[in-house]
Formats: sequence, C-alpha cells, structure tokens
Amino acid sequence: MSKEWPLWEIFIRGQHGLSHRHVGSLHAPDAEMAIKNARDVYTRRNEGQSIWAVEAKHISASSPSDKGPLYEPSESKVYRHPTFFDIPEDVGAM
Amino acid sequence: MSGLSKSVLYDFCLRMGDNTLILGHRVSEWCGHAPVLEEDIALANTALDLIGQTQFWLGLAADVQGEGKSADDLAFLRDAWDFRNGLLCELPNGDFGQTLMRQYLFDEWHWAMLTALQNSSEKRVSDIADKAVKEASYHLERSRDTVIGLGDGTAESHDRMQAALDYLYPYVGEFFEADTVDEAAAKEGIAPVLESLREGYDAAIKATMDAATLRLPDSRFAHKGGRNGRMHTEHLGHLLTNMQWLQRAYPGASW
Repeated sequence: MSKEWPLWEIFIRGQHGLSHRHVGSLHAPDAEMAIKNARDVYTRRNEGQSIWAVEAKHISASSPSDKGPLYEPSESKVYRHPTFFDIPEDVGAM
Repeated sequence: MSGLSKSVLYDFCLRMGDNTLILGHRVSEWCGHAPVLEEDIALANTALDLIGQTQFWLGLAADVQGEGKSADDLAFLRDAWDFRNGLLCELPNGDFGQTLMRQYLFDEWHWAMLTALQNSSEKRVSDIADKAVKEASYHLERSRDTVIGLGDGTAESHDRMQAALDYLYPYVGEFFEADTVDEAAAKEGIAPVLESLREGYDAAIKATMDAATLRLPDSRFAHKGGRNGRMHTEHLGHLLTNMQWLQRAYPGASW
C-alpha cells in the first residue's frame, strides 16, 4: 500500500450562479479532509462559496494523442459556427 | 465602570488574549516544517486566526487598562511572569501528533468558552466572541478529525497520540479551576462559571477519544499556575525570547 495520500482535484464556485471551476489539486486521506484542505489551501482570500473534491483517479481524461481524430475534423466545418449572419448595426458588439 | 470591574475585565481579557497569543505563536513555529503542504497551510491559517483574536483581546485589555498602551505593547513588552495563558498553550510542539492533540484539547474548551461568551454582559466581549467562535469552530472540526485519524490510524500513530494525550491531559484541568478573578467575572456576567463548561467538555473529549481508540488518563490531577501567573513552565521564557527579541533589541521598531 502506498503511504502517500491520494490526489484530489478541487473545484470551487466563486459566486452564486457561476459554475464550479477547477482550481488545482491537493493530497488528503479522505474526501472530508480533502474539502477541509481545499478550504485552507484555496479559499484563504474569500474566493469560494462551494467546494467540490473529486479523487483524481475517478476523472477520465481524453488522450493527448487522440487530438487529431477528436478535434481536427471540426476545423473544416465552418458551418458549425454562426458566422454567416449579418448583424444589424444597432445590436452592437456581440 | 468601577475600579474592581475594570481590573476583573482587564485580567479576563489578558487570560483570553494570552491563550491565543502563546498558542498562536507555538502553532506558527510549524510554518514551513509541517509533514505535508496542506497541513502546513492549515496550521499557518490557524496560527493567524489565533493571533488575529489576540489583537482583539489584548486591544480591549489595553483600552480597559487606560494607560495608553497598545495590544503590541502587551504582547511584546511583558515578561513571563505577567502572562496569563493556560500552561497547555505554552507546551512545546513535540511531534505533529502532539501539536494536534494540544490543539484539540484547547479547541474543545475554546469553542465552548467563546460560545458562552456570546452571551456576555459586556458588549465588547460578546462582539469578539461572535467573530472568534466561527474560527474556533473550524479549528475544532479540523483538530478533532486529525486526532481521530491519527489515533485510529497505524500502530505508530496510535502510540504517539496516546503518549501525547497522557502528557497533555494533566494540563486541561487548569481551564476549569476558577479563582477570584473568574468568580468575579462570572458574578458580573462577563464570563460563564468555568466549572459549568466541564461536563460538556468531558463528554466531547470522551466521544472523540473513543472514536480515536485512545484512552483518557484516569487521574484528574491538574498542573496550574499559568492563568494566575504564579508559575509558568520553563518553556514560556524560551518562547518569549523568540517572539519578543526584535522589540527587545530595537525598542519601538516598526515597519
């Protein structure tokens, strides 16, 4: 058994109405301590309203080597972007 | 305010403020040395909270004293025999477990005391308590969880926590033994009757130690002398040497 505490990814919601944002990671023995540690490490300057802690091993990540197949096909599909509308001047910057 | 009430309130504030000052300084000694980064930051936060509370208590003490002194004067220019903290607060950090056990035994009392002080007849006291109790409640949650985690952890961490408890428990009783200052403060409604906090405290630490698989010592023997300044441990002088050297070497220095 490893003697290192597991790694946790920390997500914090800054204000009501905003979504939780990834702020960084930390080590903790369990979920409860991960939240306490997050409170001490990431909310010292009044940044947070709500904390999520997810053990890093439970996050599935896409592989960097799949970059081509995953993202490049969308580059040539300009029709997916709403760039073909004439915006009336009155609307201003969008 | 009568002369007697003034001196009672002054002594009371010194006792509260010296507890948080001395323990806060002790905890700050971990800064940069804790076993893991997360605990290092958490301990530094706790130390800063305690030193922040000290500014309120010693600031009020200086006001009540009325000699034009500041909280800093009281913190940095008094010598060991003028300090009024419980002996528990000045004991050395030892290992990480001992530090957290000391913190827990203090936090449990501190939280109960501040909760009671929210009903103080002295508005300036209840205002400080209102603010400080939120911090104390977080300190308590954290130190309690760590004591349970380490007590009910490996054989090694369990033995270290039991040794810490055996060493520190005899310093707990002092917080509940009232002298004439405490009796006068209770009579005026400034502070609760100290013994009235004991039952809740005992039940709380019993529950925590059970969860931590640790055994509370049978003896209720209590070291005392810190709160009335009669006799501090040899550790306080060393701590003050460290904490006060700058004001001693360069009187009045500021930055």
